[in-house]
Amino acid sequence: MSTKTHLELTGVDIEFPTPSGPFKALNDVNLKIDRGEFVSLIGHSGCGKSTVLNIVAGLYQATKGGVLLDGKEVNEPGPERAVVFQNHSLLPWLTAYENVELAVKQVFKNQKSKAEMKEWIEHNLHLVHMDHAMHKRPDEISGGMKQRVGIARALAMEPTVMLMDEPFGALDALTRAHLQDSLMEIQAELNNTVIMITHDVDEAVLLSDRIVMMTNGPAATVGEILDINLERPRNRIALADDPEYNHYRAAVLSFLYEKQRKPGEAPAEEKPAEAATETAVSETSDGDSDNEETTHPREVAKCINKKTEVDNQAA
Amino acid sequence: MSSIALKLLKPFGVDARFDFNPTQMIKSLIVPLAGILVFLFIWNIGAKNIHTSLGEFPGPAQVYEQSINLIAEHNRERDKEVAFYERQEQRNAKKLAANPDAKVKIRPYTGKPTFFDQIVTSLVTVLAGFILASLIAIPAGIVIGLNKTLYTAFNPVIQLFKPVSPLAWLPLVTMVVSALYVSKDPMFAKSFVTSLITVTLCCLWPTLLNTAVGVSAISPDLNNVSKVLRLSWLTHVIKIVLPSAIPMIFTGLRLSLGIAWMVLIAAEMLAQNPGLGKFVWDEFQNGSSSSLGRIMVAVLVIGLIGFMLDRIMLMLQKKVSWDKSVELR
Repeated sequence: MSTKTHLELTGVDIEFPTPSGPFKALNDVNLKIDRGEFVSLIGHSGCGKSTVLNIVAGLYQATKGGVLLDGKEVNEPGPERAVVFQNHSLLPWLTAYENVELAVKQVFKNQKSKAEMKEWIEHNLHLVHMDHAMHKRPDEISGGMKQRVGIARALAMEPTVMLMDEPFGALDALTRAHLQDSLMEIQAELNNTVIMITHDVDEAVLLSDRIVMMTNGPAATVGEILDINLERPRNRIALADDPEYNHYRAAVLSFLYEKQRKPGEAPAEEKPAEAATETAVSETSDGDSDNEETTHPREVAKCINKKTEVDNQAA
Repeated sequence: MSSIALKLLKPFGVDARFDFNPTQMIKSLIVPLAGILVFLFIWNIGAKNIHTSLGEFPGPAQVYEQSINLIAEHNRERDKEVAFYERQEQRNAKKLAANPDAKVKIRPYTGKPTFFDQIVTSLVTVLAGFILASLIAIPAGIVIGLNKTLYTAFNPVIQLFKPVSPLAWLPLVTMVVSALYVSKDPMFAKSFVTSLITVTLCCLWPTLLNTAVGVSAISPDLNNVSKVLRLSWLTHVIKIVLPSAIPMIFTGLRLSLGIAWMVLIAAEMLAQNPGLGKFVWDEFQNGSSSSLGRIMVAVLVIGLIGFMLDRIMLMLQKKVSWDKSVELR
């Protein structure tokens, strides 16, 4: 641990104006992150995880409090805090290579020669195993490949902190596992500071050094912080039977589904469809811009399954 | 060249991927052909039953006859022109032979413009007006679309001028052009400038509005990418705004070009500016037994040119469009 804090959020409040008065999405969020640390933010939909990330990215301005990165205040977006967006956000008219190139040209304008830039772009695409399809456009490659390019673009900016907004949320389970493994490899090599938002308990435990669990909104804040002291490199198959891993997993689950059960969230016997509309309503009304509800009926069904799992474990 | 011809003919059912599948052939060739034949038949019957003071309404046969006449007239006029210049050259050569220091002059031919000359005039005017309108409308649309305040400020003005007919603009434009466009050696004829400005004023709006809407509708995610990368305003516009607004810009451009062509014919007719509109008006004033047939030829040619212009824009759109999965039509 370094003596000086790398990234620090102090007393962050944010209010969004709504027709019925200001809506307080975050209340007094405090967090300190060290260099090279991998931190996951987990919490229910609409609890403001994405808002926290957007504040660190500089896309939102905190109403009160603020963010310090290496002692400097964050007040606008910038490439040193590269963002991997949930829906990849690649420019559809550029190839994978050109998408990364746009970022590299912007960040290393006067620092790298043309040849160095080309090498750097190819190196980053190689890191995410995209060298074979680097001259394809986003509509010619799969969702997982697009997300890989999105990660390559963020890595290519050589960010001090990499911000990942549910990077694997829209992918199928197999692709997600692949990308998680890739991300762990890259992380072992580059040792970036990463803040990742996730819905997925397994993903959080597998990837993180610390899991920050957020309470429900409105006026959400940091509920608990869980240190994950599993040895790296981590192997998902070996960990599946690891009691320590399962202990961490249970701790997160119990926070999410016992301590922070959403008020009015569907108990197991209620119809999922109703629950889905309810979450959707709370989502749109709170002015939070995150796109977490892309799959909400399924997501809710998953929550219910997990909840019964917890119940079974408790029994 | 042949591929361009095939593309232009595609809507008529002629396809580049021509194969000898009989049902396919019936669908792509016979059906449109049958449609045209039915139309010709109805036109023929209808025309025979309409009697005007200038004789029977022209049917397909008269139109065919008149188009042959128009081509012949054009060729005669060209021959005359060639002969005219030849005579001048001979005369000048003689003059020079007699006196090597003599000043020789080639006088321009001042014969009556033929139907085809009028087509060329109209095309040049419409393209000039359309290009001028696009050069104004696309940048203005981008600026207005990127700025909500500007959009709110200018939207009422745009909505106000959008539905104004060219005929309403024309007297004003004519007066303004005669007042302001005064030079001893004008680069363009006044009539050309008047038509051009009228066309520009009328076809500015669809491109302007569509560009503004297309620009303001770019995905917030892409905007965030631009912010994270700290792209400069210009890079942002070139790399992100323009490509994502291309489909909407082209929708606007195609609407504008269609309007420009319609407006031009009306403006030429009313203002007696050279072009196809003037041809129609002159024939109407002429009132001979062949006038209606000649006007009908002009009507068909106007339609065909309008259609071709739209096809060319579509080809251009296909060329610049990045999303090849969308079928453009």
